[in-house]
Amino acid sequence: MEFFRIQRDIPFMRHALVFNVISFLTFAAAVFFLVTRGLHLSIEFTGGTLLEVNYAQTADINKTRASVEALGFGEVQVQNFGTSHDVLIRLPIRGDLKQSDVASRVFERLCADESGKVGQRQYATPQGEQVTRMACTGVGDAEPIRLSRTEFVGPAVGAELYLDGLKALAFVVVGIMVYLAFRFEWKFSIAAIVANLHDVVIILGFFAFFQWEFSLAVLAAVLAVLGYSVNESVVIFDRIREAFRRFRKMNTREVIDHAITSTISRTIITHGSTQMMVLAMLLFGGPTLHYFAVALTIGILFGIYSSVFVAAAIAMWLGVKREDLVRTSSKDRDPNDPNAGAVV
Amino acid sequence: MNRYPLWKYLMLALALVVGLLYTLPNFYGEAPAVQVSSGKATLKLDAGVVPRIEAALKGAGVQADFVQFEGNSAKARFADTDTQIKAKDAIAKALNPDPTDPSYIVALNLLSRSPAWLTKLHALPMYLGLDLRGGVYFLMQVDMRAALSKKAESYAGDLRSLLRDKDIRHAGIARDGETITIGFRDPALRAQALKLLADQMADLQWVEGSDGSDLKLTGTLKPDAMRRVQEQALQQNITTLHNRVNELGVKEPVIQQQGADRVSVQLPGVQDTAKAKDIIGRTANLEFRLADMTPEARAALDGRGPVPFGRERFGVGRGAPVIVYKEVIASGDMLTDAQPRPDQYHQPAVSVTLDSKGGRRMLDTTRANVGNFMAAILFEKNKGEVLTVARIQGEFGNQFQITGMGTTEAANDLALLLRAGGLAAPMEIIEERTIGPSLGKDNIDRGFASVTYGFAAIAAFMCAYYLLFGVFSTLALAFNLLLLVAVLSMLQATLTLPGIAAIALTLGMAIDANVLINERVREELRGGAAPQAAIHAGYERAWATILDSNVTTLIAGLALLAFGSGPVKGFAVVHCLGILTSMFSAVLFSRGLVNLWYGRQKRLKSVSIGQVWRPQGAAPPTQQS
Repeated sequence: MEFFRIQRDIPFMRHALVFNVISFLTFAAAVFFLVTRGLHLSIEFTGGTLLEVNYAQTADINKTRASVEALGFGEVQVQNFGTSHDVLIRLPIRGDLKQSDVASRVFERLCADESGKVGQRQYATPQGEQVTRMACTGVGDAEPIRLSRTEFVGPAVGAELYLDGLKALAFVVVGIMVYLAFRFEWKFSIAAIVANLHDVVIILGFFAFFQWEFSLAVLAAVLAVLGYSVNESVVIFDRIREAFRRFRKMNTREVIDHAITSTISRTIITHGSTQMMVLAMLLFGGPTLHYFAVALTIGILFGIYSSVFVAAAIAMWLGVKREDLVRTSSKDRDPNDPNAGAVV
Repeated sequence: MNRYPLWKYLMLALALVVGLLYTLPNFYGEAPAVQVSSGKATLKLDAGVVPRIEAALKGAGVQADFVQFEGNSAKARFADTDTQIKAKDAIAKALNPDPTDPSYIVALNLLSRSPAWLTKLHALPMYLGLDLRGGVYFLMQVDMRAALSKKAESYAGDLRSLLRDKDIRHAGIARDGETITIGFRDPALRAQALKLLADQMADLQWVEGSDGSDLKLTGTLKPDAMRRVQEQALQQNITTLHNRVNELGVKEPVIQQQGADRVSVQLPGVQDTAKAKDIIGRTANLEFRLADMTPEARAALDGRGPVPFGRERFGVGRGAPVIVYKEVIASGDMLTDAQPRPDQYHQPAVSVTLDSKGGRRMLDTTRANVGNFMAAILFEKNKGEVLTVARIQGEFGNQFQITGMGTTEAANDLALLLRAGGLAAPMEIIEERTIGPSLGKDNIDRGFASVTYGFAAIAAFMCAYYLLFGVFSTLALAFNLLLLVAVLSMLQATLTLPGIAAIALTLGMAIDANVLINERVREELRGGAAPQAAIHAGYERAWATILDSNVTTLIAGLALLAFGSGPVKGFAVVHCLGILTSMFSAVLFSRGLVNLWYGRQKRLKSVSIGQVWRPQGAAPPTQQS
């Protein structure tokens, strides 16, 4: 099999302006939605309480919402989570309440709705581990509702996570720029970081537009994508450098076209493989990994586009020249020079 | 040219064997076990409990795989749950003669089923995070300002007695938050005091000032002393939490310091937050009371009469049985510090510091009771245990020494127990998670399914597209997975759902290196290179690119590791390790396979790497004609 049967170099850079206009428009739209709609941050960032409960019967969301709202904990969000039996309840932080009790009070209320009583259950699992948990016992020892998980995050923690996320982003940006400037050239380093930060903004834009929940896991995915799609640009830059050395007659535009053409098959296959893995997570990973996989999918798709078309075009416009990359003549090349790269 | 020296093959074989060895324990699963831990702060569990458990099991006719003492608990493993429950009853009966007042906590638990020889090699299964096994997680913020003002209070007490001893008259000592202010009327006295304080109180720094006509000295804690106080407070809180959490009989409670002023608590297998919170948040329950040594009380002790009115009998502990008054002189929340410190005759002793309120009450009581006895009683689960009974040698206030311990060890223990009741500083829960056991199981299944199906899809594609080279790439990817799991097991890292996601993602990204290599080899073949030369050049040229691209990914991984917390950290650890193992496996291991297969063939005609398509008009390879 050979998917890519390319006769001659594809003149990608002829359309550089079009590519950049497209990506600028997407970027602008993403920023617009980020500003107008904002991110739907998970309670890890905002602070608050979260409960996941599992009903024995199909859950009646409206009834659940009504009874939780009646407790007066502020604006309540109730939604299905994964299946029709699982319900996720989110409660905001309210200064005048003892937050760590909120979850158990909500559960008690929901349990009372199902005419059950909250008690402690201690039992051994089939494997033989002793487990104690808060359980709602209804009529005839049945369990009409189960507490699958609760989370409570104080306000200070949330604010800190926000800051840490920004710090991590800054660290990645600076780290990658320094590395690329050292390995290649500052023009490449700027081009790569601009192209890939625009990916990050676009992912965030998607999350803002659809109001998907932005959690810590999504943040991890975003930063992983940043590192991953920069490596895409690196592969192309590597080729550009090599082509500058090998094909003395080509001009910059032709060199870039050649580099992109000769790596396009690898680019598509690699991203395809990674996407297969991400798809497996999307399909089998359950609701917890859902948005993580979604963020990765968007990141991978836009990663190809931006690192191939945008990064190279920016580098071209910044005026990358043969002399920038092939500094010394081949006679007095230092054999230990880390920038020497592949030698023909 | 495509030959590895023998040592490289040996190194790869060694990596494979080590990888297999350390991955192996993860496949054995877990077996039912019974865990015995101490139920009281006053009871220290040691290896001596093992023969008692063995005897109890033998008495009940139950066969255990083994009984071992580890850390601060003893564990016995059994073949099935029936034996486990039988064993639990037998052990509980033997160790706790009085079921209403258990000294030991006997709980059902799980232990790894991996054979002993693997355990001897320190090949242990990965530790599963709470999101995979269910449990409770707390993050607690320690109120450091409270710890500092508590310390400042104790310094104020020291100052008072120091100035009194040296006969330096002052116009009052006041503490406000973390600062201590001493007023003076005479500049000469102040200078004298300053000299003394600079000498004797190295932890405080003093500034001279005046307040109207009054002269004063203001003292604050030095930064390094402050840091030490905070570290000690955190350590003491962690110790106290350990003691309390032991009561829950949890398999492996993890109590860790997080940052400068936070403590995280993980309790696997516990879902009952209310009980966990109750136990963690238990208040101090140490009490100092007067002991009654009158003839009536002695008669009551011998059983010749009733316990006198207003008094109580305590039968357990050091110095027990003893009759004590019900009035409490000072309680655990008034205790600021208790440290083992030799007395003036260099005998082991414990020096105790109370806060000003406790000190005042102690002074009032001791003034009237010189020569009488005082007892320290620690209450756990509403049951008192006597820690010490000592004679009041003279009147004292907020600072005193308990002597007559005999050994230094006993003094250390007593100091620890006195402090065990209380927290050095109050704590507040700022983050809390509970994950139900069934959700944890679902998460494992989901994570496992993602990795399996993703891996299978990639493997199928690689083998179809690159044929034999695809098989090599798949083997290299499998080797990568093996190494990653082995390294995680070796480091005893905690595996979480984000961690599994990171394994999946890392595998998805790691295939990039092999794609790069295979595409390069194809390209060389397309350009007309001989098969051996193409393989060689393909690997050589791809290497620089692989290195560059992995370094950028690693930078992102390190950022997550440095700034991430909780789930992100779990993701980052696996991600970073995965990048490192993938460089090793994708380049060295796959090359090793290729060399083994093709390297020996001198006149290699073709390479099984799938179809190599050539543009029309390109020169046909001369080597194949």
